[in-house]
Amino acid sequence: MLKQTHKFTHKHLLGLEHLSKEDIELILDTAKPFKTLFTRTIKKVPTLRGRSVVLLFYEPSTRTRTSFELAAKRLSADTVNIAVQTSSVQKGESLIDTARTLESMKADFIVIRHSYSGAPYLLAKNVSSSIINAGDGFHEHPTQGLLDIFTIREKKKKIENLKVVIVGDILHSRVARSNLWGLTKLKAKVVLCGPPTLIPKDIDKIFPQIDIEYNLDKAIKDADVINILRVQFERQLEHLFPSVREYSLLYGMTKERLAKAKNDVLILHPGPMNRGIEITTDVADSVNSVINEQVTNGIAVRMAVLYLLSLNH
Amino acid sequence: MKLLIKNGIVVEPAKNLQQQLDILIENGKIIRIAKKIELKEKIEIIDAKNYIVSPGLIDIHTHLREPGNEDEETIATGTKAAAAGGFTTIFCMPNTNPPIDNQATVELVMLKAKNEGLINVLPVGCITKQRKGEELTEIGELKNAGVVAISDDGSSVKNSKIMRRALEYTKMFDLVIISHCEDTDLSKDGVVNEGKVSTLLGLRGIPKEAEEIMVIRDIILASLTQSKLHITHVSTKGSIDFIRQAKKSGIKITCDVTPHHFVLTEDKLLEYPYDTNLKMNPPLRTQEDLDAIIEAIKDDVIDCIASDHAPHTIEEKNKEFDLAPFGIIGLETVLPLCITYLYYKYKIPLIKIIEKLTTNPAKIFGLKTKGKIELGFDADLTIFSLDEEFIVDKFYSKSTNSPFVGWKLKGKIKYTICNGKVVYKG
Repeated sequence: MLKQTHKFTHKHLLGLEHLSKEDIELILDTAKPFKTLFTRTIKKVPTLRGRSVVLLFYEPSTRTRTSFELAAKRLSADTVNIAVQTSSVQKGESLIDTARTLESMKADFIVIRHSYSGAPYLLAKNVSSSIINAGDGFHEHPTQGLLDIFTIREKKKKIENLKVVIVGDILHSRVARSNLWGLTKLKAKVVLCGPPTLIPKDIDKIFPQIDIEYNLDKAIKDADVINILRVQFERQLEHLFPSVREYSLLYGMTKERLAKAKNDVLILHPGPMNRGIEITTDVADSVNSVINEQVTNGIAVRMAVLYLLSLNH
Repeated sequence: MKLLIKNGIVVEPAKNLQQQLDILIENGKIIRIAKKIELKEKIEIIDAKNYIVSPGLIDIHTHLREPGNEDEETIATGTKAAAAGGFTTIFCMPNTNPPIDNQATVELVMLKAKNEGLINVLPVGCITKQRKGEELTEIGELKNAGVVAISDDGSSVKNSKIMRRALEYTKMFDLVIISHCEDTDLSKDGVVNEGKVSTLLGLRGIPKEAEEIMVIRDIILASLTQSKLHITHVSTKGSIDFIRQAKKSGIKITCDVTPHHFVLTEDKLLEYPYDTNLKMNPPLRTQEDLDAIIEAIKDDVIDCIASDHAPHTIEEKNKEFDLAPFGIIGLETVLPLCITYLYYKYKIPLIKIIEKLTTNPAKIFGLKTKGKIELGFDADLTIFSLDEEFIVDKFYSKSTNSPFVGWKLKGKIKYTICNGKVVYKG
């Protein structure tokens, strides 16, 4: 089904940091034909028949969990959901023991979402299943990064030299970090925009090629893509910004602001949105918005990830 | 009971001496030091040919975990680990459960150490009750019970007025306050150094300034009170610069550094992402800080080298990085790391290294019969090979939370002699 010149050699997907440009492009290219399945009546292929995918979610998530589940099912894998509230996690079972139990049940893949950075690494070190990071703390959310890039590439036909602005709480954002790795590997021009309190220390040393701009109006000028991050209200309690009202005033994406950007600028948001805070409804539902397409593409990208990892498991 | 140590190269910082000498020990004391000692009577002899003989090492910063966390370490296992690391005297920090903040707990620790300990254990008492930073402990009574110093190690005394009073009050007992410098508002929830690594791994950072702000405050308070202050586990270039400046202006301040802060940097966490044996407080810093520490060891701004031995069980450590406790064990790797890095890599004279592990701790904390190889002094001696290599693969400590497992190091302990008795043979 694929012309493979580059071989994907990873067993786990823990982040985009350790993927090469070729790895990322291979995932995107693999996702493309999977996406064409979705318009058919029968959206399923037998590729992963007999394989099992366990979705281990320690944080509430509708979007990512459902997306992974559909991706696995459309590849004919068996899926199991571990809802944290009903599992032995509530009895104080450690993450490692939970994962070893799943491993003993011969789970081929464990898709993990966890509020602590590095939790997927802990699993990868302790069990033999393939681990897919579905978001860990402030670290990475690789499939979100991939689906964002897939969406941009589909619309703009390229990534190189595009100006991509990431707006909001960069400090606590795993989406931002995965985007940063993926986009810089594919040579986009990335601009981070947010209050100085939410820009992580030394980020300019890690990514010397990116720009940091505190002023959103300046940042979005000439932008090809604006990726708007969800703002967490509890950051206000940590004195990272004075109020949600002021945040919204300075960093909320409104129709008026959008008018100052390019006509064909793409608006992305990883969801779930705080409508009226970081993004107004008219922007979210505008022609520039590809937020719903991100969701559709997410399934295709996750199918590609599962498929490529299965070659090495 | 006599013991003769022959042919060793004696390193004696107090006399600035490094030469081959024989040492005769009787009843736990050093009774003769000479080029050649020949005895007619038949006594136990240790041939220390090609080995270094130094005063028994003194660790001023150990966590023995007893009472309260005997699953991590006990006085028995901790002193075994110390002996295996060449230590003959250790200070045990008071953040036990209950904390060492009253006479009874001091006595308990000393009694246990006497009955079950392999080497000398000197308890450090708390500055404030329950280490809460609110109310001074009965420092006079702690001193009478036998504490060697006082400290709220693990935290700073946040309230500057209470810290001032503690410094003033301890003057009459000639006690040194050991200060753990950390502004916990700045370091709150942090688990690694703030900077490149915290950003890359998505972990909350502990800025250097969290340490430095408290170092400056404590220097100012030491100047105000003219009291003796010792700052422990200094980890940043900024702290060192401030301490250097303070020493120049005549403030009575001393400090120590741990081996992990002069051997490792935060970059190790990029090599081993989320390895909880790289999680300690203060956190591993940057190359710039490490270079400043090496300089400060060379020019004696740093007075002592201390282990900050902090045992934790595998269950506690094999966890999400945020959930694992801070700290690594150190007693058994201090000297080898000093030899491998300070002596061989950075070419620091052996006598200077030994001084920071023996003579200086004894001097700063007023241990009158320790830290020197001298007639009448306690027969505490450490005998080690400078160049013999070994692999770090087993510990006498109850815990194994060390980032140095599998490392090849030089500086192998051959004998540890405490109070005239061989307590470890390597």
